[in-house]
Amino acid sequence: MIKAHLRLLIFMCSFSLFAQDYFPSNSGVKANNTNYTAFINATIHVSPTETIDNATLLIKDGKVVSVGTSIKIPNNTTTVDLTGKTIYPSFIDLYTTFGVQKPERGGDGPQYGPSRSGFYWNDHIKPEQDVMTSFKYDAKSASELHKLGFGVVNTHMPDGVVRGTGALIALNNTADNSMRIIDGKISQHLSFSKSVKSRQRYPSSIMGSMALLRQMYSDAKWYEAGHIDTKDLSLEALNKNKNLLQIFEAGSRANLMRADKVGDVYDIQYTILGGGDEYERINEIKSTNATVILPIDFQLAFDVDNTHLASSLSLSDMRAWNQEPHNPKILAENGIPFALTTHGLKSKKSFASNLQKAIESGLSKQKALEALTTIPAALLGKSNLLGTLKTGSYANFLITDGDIFEKKTTLYENWVQGEANIIEDINTTNINGDYNFKLNNKAYNLNITSSTSKPKAKLTSDEKTLGTKISYTDDWLHLTFKTADSTKKEFVRVVANAVKDNTLEGKAILPNGNELQFTATKSDSSAAKTDKKDDDKKKEKATDAAFMSPVTYPNLAYGFTEQPKSETLLFKNATVWTNEEDGILENTDVLIKDGKISKIGKDLSSRNATVIDATGKHITAGIIDEHSHIAAASINEGGQNSSAEVTIEDVLDEEDIGIYRNLAGGVTSIQVLHGSANPIGGRSAIIKLKWGETANNLIYDDSPKFIKFALGENVKQSRYSTNARFPQSRMGVEQVFIDYFTRAKAYGKLKNSGEPYRYDEEMETLLEILNGERFISCHSYVQSEINMLMKVAEQFDFKINTFTHILEGYKVADIMKEHGAGGSTFSDWWAYKYEVNDAIPYNASIMHNAGITVAINSDDPEMSRRLNQEAAKSVKYGGVSEEEAWKFVTLNPAKLLHLDDRVGSLKVGKDADVVLWSDHPMSIYAKAEKTIIEGVTYFDLEKDKQMREAIKKEKSALINLMLQDKNKGLQTQPIKKKENHALHCDSLD
Amino acid sequence: MKKNILYILSFLLISSFSFAQQTPAPKQTKDFAIVGATAHIGDGTVIENSIIVVSNGKITTIGPEASTPLTRQAMDIIDAKGKHVYPGFIVANGTLGLVEVDAVKASNDLSEMGTYNPHIRSIIAYNSESKVIESMRPNGVLLGQVVPRGGRISGTSTVVQYDAWNWQDAAIKLDDGIHINWPNSFRRGRPWRGEDPGLKPNKDYAKQVKELNAYFNESKSYNKGSKSESHLPYEAMAGLFDGSKHLYINADDEKAITDAVNFAKAQGVSKITIVGAYQAGNITEFLKENKVSVFLRRVHSRPELEDDDYDLPYKLAKKLVDAGILVALEPSGQMERMNSRNLPFYAGTTVAHGLTKEQALQLITQNPAKIMGIDDAYGTLEVGKSATLFISEGDALDMRTNILTKAFIDGRDLSLETHQTELWKRYANKPSQVD
Repeated sequence: MIKAHLRLLIFMCSFSLFAQDYFPSNSGVKANNTNYTAFINATIHVSPTETIDNATLLIKDGKVVSVGTSIKIPNNTTTVDLTGKTIYPSFIDLYTTFGVQKPERGGDGPQYGPSRSGFYWNDHIKPEQDVMTSFKYDAKSASELHKLGFGVVNTHMPDGVVRGTGALIALNNTADNSMRIIDGKISQHLSFSKSVKSRQRYPSSIMGSMALLRQMYSDAKWYEAGHIDTKDLSLEALNKNKNLLQIFEAGSRANLMRADKVGDVYDIQYTILGGGDEYERINEIKSTNATVILPIDFQLAFDVDNTHLASSLSLSDMRAWNQEPHNPKILAENGIPFALTTHGLKSKKSFASNLQKAIESGLSKQKALEALTTIPAALLGKSNLLGTLKTGSYANFLITDGDIFEKKTTLYENWVQGEANIIEDINTTNINGDYNFKLNNKAYNLNITSSTSKPKAKLTSDEKTLGTKISYTDDWLHLTFKTADSTKKEFVRVVANAVKDNTLEGKAILPNGNELQFTATKSDSSAAKTDKKDDDKKKEKATDAAFMSPVTYPNLAYGFTEQPKSETLLFKNATVWTNEEDGILENTDVLIKDGKISKIGKDLSSRNATVIDATGKHITAGIIDEHSHIAAASINEGGQNSSAEVTIEDVLDEEDIGIYRNLAGGVTSIQVLHGSANPIGGRSAIIKLKWGETANNLIYDDSPKFIKFALGENVKQSRYSTNARFPQSRMGVEQVFIDYFTRAKAYGKLKNSGEPYRYDEEMETLLEILNGERFISCHSYVQSEINMLMKVAEQFDFKINTFTHILEGYKVADIMKEHGAGGSTFSDWWAYKYEVNDAIPYNASIMHNAGITVAINSDDPEMSRRLNQEAAKSVKYGGVSEEEAWKFVTLNPAKLLHLDDRVGSLKVGKDADVVLWSDHPMSIYAKAEKTIIEGVTYFDLEKDKQMREAIKKEKSALINLMLQDKNKGLQTQPIKKKENHALHCDSLD
Repeated sequence: MKKNILYILSFLLISSFSFAQQTPAPKQTKDFAIVGATAHIGDGTVIENSIIVVSNGKITTIGPEASTPLTRQAMDIIDAKGKHVYPGFIVANGTLGLVEVDAVKASNDLSEMGTYNPHIRSIIAYNSESKVIESMRPNGVLLGQVVPRGGRISGTSTVVQYDAWNWQDAAIKLDDGIHINWPNSFRRGRPWRGEDPGLKPNKDYAKQVKELNAYFNESKSYNKGSKSESHLPYEAMAGLFDGSKHLYINADDEKAITDAVNFAKAQGVSKITIVGAYQAGNITEFLKENKVSVFLRRVHSRPELEDDDYDLPYKLAKKLVDAGILVALEPSGQMERMNSRNLPFYAGTTVAHGLTKEQALQLITQNPAKIMGIDDAYGTLEVGKSATLFISEGDALDMRTNILTKAFIDGRDLSLETHQTELWKRYANKPSQVD
């Protein structure tokens, strides 16, 4: 009887929905359905925090009229009895591309200008893009989402840095868009990724995207204030979209931090799509105050059966598999608000099982429900309509037979705007269980499992399993099974009805056509038994899932479980290379306290110090690499011939194993330089290699400001197949500089005049150079261009601080000295390109003899591990004294970086950035035993050995867990081998 | 035309300045003796205060000064007290002379198109007058293998000495071996085919090994037959089966190395060397049992995997040597040609990580000579062997003291000047251009 009601109801609702008031009707009389529907006797989760037992939900016109236990039911009400059933508000997905076709790639070859006009100068800024112009309701995808419990999704066009507006859509398969569109412009979407439709090269890196966004916001204000005479529909749209929900696709913890940093500049709080790895630096995430949209696309276990291949699997990848399911719980524990999304799931079907995994890993069910209902509703500003079943809300709800987050629970119906979507027939009897029956005096056992609509059956007789096919609809079971005689291909067919409790009744047709009566009875214990089995299984699973490999800082091999602290250390009886007037002191003690060099002398003592016997060993200042590209996610913003607006500080990567390996080579500070793709590059990050700290904490306090310039083959794109960008010759390179500095000068003049001016981050940076506040480190090779740049600088009345590479510096050492430039060079590199034909290993010594401050740098993550050896080559090539050669990698780079008041030598009061060497530091036979920064030991040879053991143990344990997963029959993924990335000047990332 | 004249002019200018350095040294005409040096023999032993007598390009006497009287009068005496003498260092698996400037395609003769190129001979392209080669000599690097790269079978190498007029007088062992790149266990994803980028297990591994096997089988069959119709690549393979050519297989991971060795054994190849051998440390017993030698990948390189010991590339030599495997160092990798002059320092670094100095020296002298089959004349300081050696002010494995005063190939007194030393001398004395 109830069934009939329901079907009728669906029919009626469909009528009501198409009857829009002001639309004429030519297909009959205009008839609106004004009936109510009441769902009674249900357990109703009105909201994640409010559950009412035995309650009634009354709906009308697609909305909730009332909910509670003492609801007055009007006469014109259709009533549905939901005894034993549970009602939940349905889910909301904030981050989808529902109904939007994947954008197609456009054009070929590099393009530097925009391909449109009347819009912003950069094709990848598209705030004017409206998802509704390309939206096409996708009923098939909607049905998929219904099965997962979703009723409403936010959709957008996933293309561009600014992607325009998103729309909120109800997954109503019955109505049309007029009903489904809850809000056609509800959010604005952003990302760091370019539009695939345009070939415009800028921005070619994340730091470029960040700078572009900053400039865009600034320009929008400028436009809004009426300072731009021409039309810019992009900026207009951006200003209009200001009050929408701002959703940023970051996709990883590191990018989440970067997105938030961009937003902070213009007081915009983005809601950010995370990467599932937020737990690695949870405090940092918390500090952003952002709400996170969380994917739960947990990795499958790696297929580690093949021991050879498995040996290439990194600990960090293994940990990601093990740790990611704990991410939602950790966010919840730390009070970080988040919404859950299906985004990123290769198969949407895995949403439910992954959510269960997250819950098994400790996420509370209430938080899970909030993340799917009230939190997204609140973000969208639609709490009155979505996320709960309070009066006035959309009648968007789910009917289940229990806890929605349990695996065994069946989701029967997903109602959207008062329209039912049937997932499992609620009235069909659940026939799962163990049955016994007899045919011709032969006993059979039938086991039925899985979902009501698609059951699975196992039939045994005399402990033999018989091939069986089963189907089940409308309470009718159809079963076909092979007879026990396997030599014949004969089947018994059964048809039975499941109307009576725990009994299947009908007939069996034997191979010979004879019909027999069929009665199968559910064995009493079977219901209880399955439950218990499930519970046991769950328990077992829960213990596995609950295990989480500890997070280290950074979260990969050789990371610290606990960040090491600054110590008071007393080194006794060492050979001490002071780099000061005292020179090299034998049998000397060094005391480190409060992160500084406290004392240097003979027979020192200190009560609280840890004493280290350094007899026969050497202590030096830490090595400083003036030219490095480690610890960065991108190096070149090569999309334009100047990129002064970008900074490497935006893209530091504290998880680069290169940091640890550099420490093992005695390196304590580095300048992470922009690459050499363009004449005016980006700003540097000058960092200390504080392994384990956050990216931000690596940067020097009050860091000196630097920028990379470049000359020669790279900037004129000598090895490109096209010549689409200016400059293509050294002649053009000079003009780039003159042009930019001329404009910067004019910009500065306007800025100082008090007149309104358009803020330009690029010009601001160049102005800093003109004002002597920012220093240049210029990639340079041949003497003509070195002379040129000094002349340009002199014309604009500033100095080139450092020529880096500077392989023909020896030819113009006198002129460099006169100008006041320093030289940071390779010890012996040459022959790798045409412009280094005349590079000689004597370069450092000639420049040094001419009185130039000379450094030896690496530009290479391998060589940087052995800069002590590279310094020693200056002894061989050109006969520099050992004491002076050592300064090439310590004090001199400190001078070039304007850090020599803090680091570079062993002097009381300076930062305790020191290295303990097993031998003479420039001997090929020396090893760094301890590398210390500000009193913290970041590398210790002994500790390194222990960590190797710990890594081996942890990897074994994780492999064991993965094998368990595979043995359980769970899916796996093939082994991934982490690439050994090395970024150089030329790297176009 | 104008260009040509300019070219000739500039050539003359440079050559007038540098002719002496560029010219290969003439044959030894007069005997000489090096007296008083610490002689590092190259076989693990040292003779302090030594006397080395060289006649007709060969070592005729070597021994401690005290017990080795100088008998002949008509010879030059080189006083080397406090200095060190070493056999000339040997670059295994080198590519010097095949590329002049990495980024200039026109100067690159490193690899030929095609997959199976056993008939491709490196020596043909060897530029004995390369400016990069002359920069080897001042560091004691005097000999090396010239190896083609690329493909599955890259081609055939030759061993040369680094002071020659042309490739013909450079070659000391012509066509010594064939070089194979073993199939990789991992393959990079192809995003344009919708695959994830990044390294995934190579599903074609077995197929690629099979192909290689088939190629060897075909070559064998061909060489047993009448050869009525010539097949140049198969013909070039003959040496592998009659023992006249060495097989060098580039393989890094444990499985690839094992498969490669088993493959070569099954094919009846007798002289096998694994090149690269990054994970050879895991299977030392297997390598030893099969008498397989190793050209060990550049010591100054980064660990391959994130989790690897930071010093793995430094200490691998020690592990293999301790296991009794014949090991030589090879320089391949980024900027390998110009970096080949750092070969002594690659060896030096293995000392910081476990080997003795004399063991480390073997990795770049005796061992490569043995493996490449030139040890009858080169690789150690022994009576009857070629006087290919040099005198250094100090320890030649340490950059601070690797300062050469003399170097000889077959007794020829080499120039230690180079394009680079010329520029040094010219610009160290440049008159100041500022007031």
